Formats: sequence, C-alpha cells, structure tokens
Amino acid sequence: MMNIDLKKSKAVTGAAAVANAMRQIEPHVVAAYPITPQTPIVEYFAKFVADGVVRTEMIPVESEHSAMSAVVGAAAAGARAMTATSANGLALMHEIVYIAASSRLPIVMPVVNRALSGPINIHCDHSDAMAERDSGWIQLYAETNQEAYDLTILAIKLAEHEDVRLPVMVNLDGFILSHGVEPVEFLSDEVVKEFVGKPKKVYPLLDTENPVTYGPLDLYDYYFEHKRQQVEAMEHAKKLFPRVAEEFEKISGRKYDFVEPYKLDDAEYVMVALGSTNSTIKYVVDWMREEGFKVGALKIWMFRPFPKEKIQYYLNGRKAVVVLDRAASFGAEAPLYEAVKSALYEATIRPRLGSYVYGLGGRDIVPEHIRKAFMDAIEGNLLVDEQRYLGLRE
Amino acid sequence: MALKGWKEIPIGGVIDEPGKSREYHTGTWRVLRPVVNLDKCTHCMLCWLYCPDMAIEITTNEKNRPQMVGFMYDYCKGCGLCADVCPVNAIEMKPETEFLKE
Repeated sequence: MMNIDLKKSKAVTGAAAVANAMRQIEPHVVAAYPITPQTPIVEYFAKFVADGVVRTEMIPVESEHSAMSAVVGAAAAGARAMTATSANGLALMHEIVYIAASSRLPIVMPVVNRALSGPINIHCDHSDAMAERDSGWIQLYAETNQEAYDLTILAIKLAEHEDVRLPVMVNLDGFILSHGVEPVEFLSDEVVKEFVGKPKKVYPLLDTENPVTYGPLDLYDYYFEHKRQQVEAMEHAKKLFPRVAEEFEKISGRKYDFVEPYKLDDAEYVMVALGSTNSTIKYVVDWMREEGFKVGALKIWMFRPFPKEKIQYYLNGRKAVVVLDRAASFGAEAPLYEAVKSALYEATIRPRLGSYVYGLGGRDIVPEHIRKAFMDAIEGNLLVDEQRYLGLRE
Repeated sequence: MALKGWKEIPIGGVIDEPGKSREYHTGTWRVLRPVVNLDKCTHCMLCWLYCPDMAIEITTNEKNRPQMVGFMYDYCKGCGLCADVCPVNAIEMKPETEFLKE
C-alpha cells in the first residue's frame, strides 16, 4: 500500500483530489455538461475557472455527447483538453468516445464509476466503464483518492506520448472515492506543471500553414488500416507505461505499475479486482493471514490495454484465483473474470478459477463477503465457470 | 492509386495535405456508367450544371462555346442525374458489368 505522509496531506474527497489535479494540469479546454450525472469534479473545476485560478476555457454544453464532441474539437485543434463524467453521461458520450480514440486524440477523462440505468441508480459499479471497454481508450482504475489524483496527472503524459496518442479514462469508484474523504498528498503546482510539460501538437487544426482534415470518410479501403494502428498504439502504451510510471515515481515517490501485488510471495489463493474494493480485500488478506491462510491480492491498475503478461507472471501456479467483478456481462462471463481467465489459458500451471459479481448499483461489499469468496477457494468449493454473487439476496 | 499499408499512413485517419481528394477515385464506386451519344448531344450543358461530382468533361469550340466531351470516369459515381436531366436523351446508363473486359 502507498505510504502517505499524513503531515503533508490534506483530507479531501476523490472528486476534490481529481479537480485539484486538473487545476495543476491547467488544460486549455474543459467542456462538460453541468448537471447530473456530472460529478463534483467539474463543479470544483468550474469554480477554479470562475475564480480566475486557471486560464482554462470552460465550455458548459447541453449534453455529454456535446461535451465529448467539444473536447474532441479542442484536442484536434492542438489544445490539451479534458472533461469528466459518470454513468449515463459516459453512455451518452459513447459515440464520440470511439471517435476520440480513433482520431488519436490524447484526451484525459476522469470517470466516476457509477451504475448505468435502468432501473435508475446513481451508485457505484463499473458498468459505465465496462461499456466503453472496447472503445480504444486506455483505462486506469484507482483504489484510493491518492491514486485518483496521481493517475490523472500520470495519464496526461501517457496519453500524449507521441507513440501512444490515445485517450485515457481514469476511473474512480462513485461515492466511495468521489465523495469519500481520505488523506491525499498533493504535489506542488510547479512539479506537476513541469511533469506534464507543454502538449506536443500532432496535426493541429490551428496550424493553417499545414492544413489537415480530421474525421474524413474512411471506407473499406483504409478503415481497417487505421484500426490496426490503434491496436499498435495500445501495444505502445503497454511498453511505455512503465517508463511514464518511473518518471512519476521520481517526482512523487509513489510507484505505479500495471498491477499491484499484495502479499503474493507465498500466496496460494489470490483475489483479483479493480478499484476501491482492493482496500477491503487487503484488509481481509491481513485478517486471514493472521489465521494462517496463505491468501494474497492482485490489484489491476490498468485494465486496457490488459496486462496479460503480468497476470500470467503473478497467477501462474497458484492454487486458486478468485476474480471480483463490479459489472455483469449478461449472457457471458463478467469482464474482468473473462480477461483473467483468457490470460491464464497459456499459463503452465493453471489455477482453479472463481468468478464473483458484487456491488452492482452500489450494493455494499463487506469483509465477510470477501472472506466467503476466499473460503470457497480454500475449501475447494469452486465450480468451473459458475458465476457467484456476493451480497445478493437469494 | 496504390493503397498504402497501415505503417505508411498518418494516424487517426488524418489527411495531412490539402486537395488530396483528387487522388481519391470515387469512380470505383460506380455501378451504372453514363455513356453519351455525341450525335444527339446539343451541348446545352445541363449535365455539366447538375453533375454533383463535376465529372462532366467539357471543352470550348472555335466560338468559345462549351462543348460536351464525355465523363471523367475516375470521379463519376454513376448517379445518373445527367441522364435524367438530358433533354434529348443523349446519355444512357449502362451496367458496369458490360465494361468488365476493358
């Protein structure tokens, strides 16, 4: 777990932490839809703009579809452009989310993960981000407010790298992180500004000496080639992420990677999850270790591109692996489980696998649930491809 | 125009030079091909006026009057508007399959 110096830190919500990262990044343009499903991230940021703390051009638009469109336009013009959204707002952006990625615009967007309606629900789950899983965006998931802050800053550098040029979603769990107060150690404005630097302009529309066209018709003769380039860019993101993480470690002392192993060295039973639930899992790992169970956890920081090699490295040869998903895929396996299972197909010694869906629509996940899933694995009570549920009433 | 591989083209579908659409031969989309009978043609220029792709090839005669010559098949998508507006039915739309041997 990250060591945070409490003397240097402030108690803030995840939304405030991310808004503060955006203040320090000071993008040229932020476009956002100003009412629900928007989050306090943009509310805080709008205040920074109104108070003259940042020089960002703030565009309040009439929908999330327009927010993403305005950000795409700004990024194509050569600006560093950001927005933030959540749940149905992200769903409404969907069409332009794909266009941002395929136009190779390095937009960084914090996403406060909340359930997609319906029935209407505003609480935490990962169904919003999972719906954009194949959109071509890099997806990072934060466990804590500190990580949400750090990953937002780190994402700028990853997105804008000339060999990557892909947008990044920085995911933080709705309410649990976005509205929950935790200590966060902020970097100084100067350090952040130096880290993110000036954006490299690639084919900027505002360069009238070198006119370019964005978003032309791209039919059966070239569309496929452009998709292949996107596949390659994701590979580059995988190659360059450790380098960017290393640079971030130099300014912050905090180390990021594709995944974070927790008490894995001798662990026979490993739980894999995204986001804030990892804190609860670590608590349960400590608790069960005191009782002598060889349990551990593998947190996924980067879900797209999926760090298959790391999954194989850490999970090969374990007795059992339990995957927790905060999203369901109706009629198929849950998304994280599916990805982990697929990665382990090539493992020399495949662990037994368990799939647990939990926390949909903000349903609480408590240590006893996690312990239950661990105990299923330990007691040899996992059935192949049986999807189970934590905290669901039968 | 030879098609390029994915490593040779700008990312993001960006077109990095102006006026490049000339190189894009939309005529390859054509299913029906307009063929003009110049014996019937009165050179009224209605086809030239209506053609949405500026694919009517013209020249001028000794009196500096415009003369219909034919079609720029690299750009003609075969919409048939020219045949439709021709007042003397001098343009016939023929299936491209008839020209496959060419």
